[in-house]
Amino acid sequence: MAEKKTLGQEFSKGLIKENPVLRLVLGTCPTLAVSTSIENAIGMGVAATMVLICSNIVISALRKVIPNKVRIPCYIVVIAAFVTIVQLVVKAFAPSLDEGLGIYLPLIVVNCIILGRAEGFANKNGVLASAIDGIGMGVGFTIALTLMAAIREFFGAGNLTLKVIGYGTTLKDIFHLGETDVLSAIGLEPILIFILAPGGFFTFGLLMACANKIAESKGKPKAELKGCEACPMAASCSMKAEGKECAE
Amino acid sequence: MELNNKLTVSASPHVKSAETTTGIMLDVIIALLPAGIASIFVFGIRALLVIAVSVASCVLAEYLSRKAMKRDQTIGDLSAVVTGLLLAYNLPSTIPVWEVIFGAIVAIVVVKQMFGGIGQNFVNPALLARIVLISAFPSRMSAGAFVGTNVVGWDVDGVTGATPMGLISLADGIKDGAPSLMHLFLGTTAGCIGEVSALALLLGGIYLIIRKVISPIIPCVYIGTVALIMLIAFGDVNAMLYEVLGGGLMIGAIFMATDYTTSPITDKGKIIYALGCGLLTCLIRLFGSLPEGVSFSIIIMNILVPHIENWTKPTIFGTVKEKKEKKEAAE
Repeated sequence: MAEKKTLGQEFSKGLIKENPVLRLVLGTCPTLAVSTSIENAIGMGVAATMVLICSNIVISALRKVIPNKVRIPCYIVVIAAFVTIVQLVVKAFAPSLDEGLGIYLPLIVVNCIILGRAEGFANKNGVLASAIDGIGMGVGFTIALTLMAAIREFFGAGNLTLKVIGYGTTLKDIFHLGETDVLSAIGLEPILIFILAPGGFFTFGLLMACANKIAESKGKPKAELKGCEACPMAASCSMKAEGKECAE
Repeated sequence: MELNNKLTVSASPHVKSAETTTGIMLDVIIALLPAGIASIFVFGIRALLVIAVSVASCVLAEYLSRKAMKRDQTIGDLSAVVTGLLLAYNLPSTIPVWEVIFGAIVAIVVVKQMFGGIGQNFVNPALLARIVLISAFPSRMSAGAFVGTNVVGWDVDGVTGATPMGLISLADGIKDGAPSLMHLFLGTTAGCIGEVSALALLLGGIYLIIRKVISPIIPCVYIGTVALIMLIAFGDVNAMLYEVLGGGLMIGAIFMATDYTTSPITDKGKIIYALGCGLLTCLIRLFGSLPEGVSFSIIIMNILVPHIENWTKPTIFGTVKEKKEKKEAAE
C-alpha cells in the first residue's frame, strides 16, 4: 500500500487491475441498468467520468479543509454540484441521451465509484494524482460498460448502436437491413434474455471472470502470498486462532 | 486393470454398494424412453431431432467445458445424457435447432459445470435452461409452438406453457376445445415433447421406484398436494384430474423434482419440499399470469433445499445418551 505509484500507473490501474466495475465491483446498479445499448453505455460512462474527474480534483484540493466527521456530506455536496452541471449540459445538448439514461443520470450523485474514489483516493492524495486516478477509473468504467453493452445489445437485440450523442450509425444500417436485426438476417433470432436483467447479471459475471483471469495472469506473482495470508478461509480458520499454520 | 478400483479409501461408514452414478443414470434414461417414444408418435420426427440435438450438445458441452477447466472427464457417467433428454422433453417440438443448443450450453456450462459439475448444481440444469429459453425466446415457447404435427384428431391453439393448461381456469373451469382426460392420459395433446403422455411418464416413474432409483415420496406428495388443492379449488373431480394429468406436472414430479442434487436427503425434508412444489404450482396455475408453473415452482424449491436440510437435520445417533451420561457424571 505504501509504495508510491507513478502517474502512469495511477491511470492504468483503473483499466483492468482495479477496474471499478469488474474488479472493485462498484457502481453495479448503473452498469446493469444502462448497459442495454452502446449509445447509453458510452453516454453514461462519459458523464460519470466527467463528474469523477472534477469531484476528485475538488475533493483532493479541499482534503485538508474538510473536517473528518462530516466528510461524506461534503463529498456528496461537491459531487451533486458536478452532477447537476453534467445533467444540465446533457439535457441541453443531447436530449436523446437524457431520455435514454433517465433517472440514472441524476443518480450519478450516489454512484459508489465516485464516492468510493473520493473516500479511498482523493482524500489521501494530491490534486494531480487524484485527477489522473479519476480519468483512469472513468475510462475503466466506460470500457466495462461499453463492453457489456456491446455483448448484451448484439445478442439481445441483434444490433449495435455505434452512436455517440445521436451521431453515428448502427450495425443494422451498415448492412442495410431495415427493420430486421442482424441475428435474424443470418437465420437466428435475438436472445431476448440478454437485454433483460438476468442476462445483464450473466454478462456481468462472465466479464468479471475474464477480468479476474487477466488481472491474475499479469498481477502479483503468487509466491508473494504464503501460508495464512493466501488462504481465503483464514478469518474463520480454527488453526490460525490457535496460532498454528496449516500444512497448506 | 481392475486394480485401481479394489481399494477404496473413504470415511466411515464403509457401506459397499454395487450402485454407480452410471448405473443410476442408465436407469433414468430407460425410464425416460417411453415418454420419448410417445412424443415421436404425437409430434413426429421433429421431436426425435430435438431430442438428438439436445443430448448430443449436452454431452459435447460437458466434454468441452471439463476440458477447458482442466478437470477429469465426467461424460462417462451419463448425467449429461439425462440432462439432454430432460431439456428436450421440456421444449416444444417446433423449436429451432440452434436454440436447443443454446439451452444445452446454459444447462451444462452455466448451471452445472460453473458450479463444479455433477452433484454441485444448485438447481436442476434442464429446468433452468427451459426457463432461460422461455425468457430468451418467448415467441418460440408459446402460442402454437406446442401443437403437434399429427395430433390425433385434435387441433388446439397453443398457449404459453403447456397447452392444455391454457384451457382451464378457476373462473371458467374446463373450457370448450380442451382435450378429454383420455387424451391427456395417453398424451395425444399439444404440449412440450416429453410431458404430454402421462401414461408413458407413469411407466417410467414406476420403473424408477421399483429399481429404487427414486423414493416415491416426492412424486406422490407433489402430485397429491396438487390434486388436493385443485379438488378444493374447483370442487370437481374432472377438473382435478385434468390439472393432474395435463401440463408438466407428471414429468416435473417424477423426473425433475426427484433430482438427487437438488432435493432434500431426509424423508421429512422430501415431504416439505414436495408440499412446497405442489403449493407453488397450484398458486401459479390458479392465480399467476402463466398457465403453467411446474418449472418455476421446482426451481424455487430447489433453491430452498439447503434451508429445508437445515430444518430437518436428523439428530446424531447417540447425542441424547451422551447428555444423560454428562448429567450422571455431574450428579
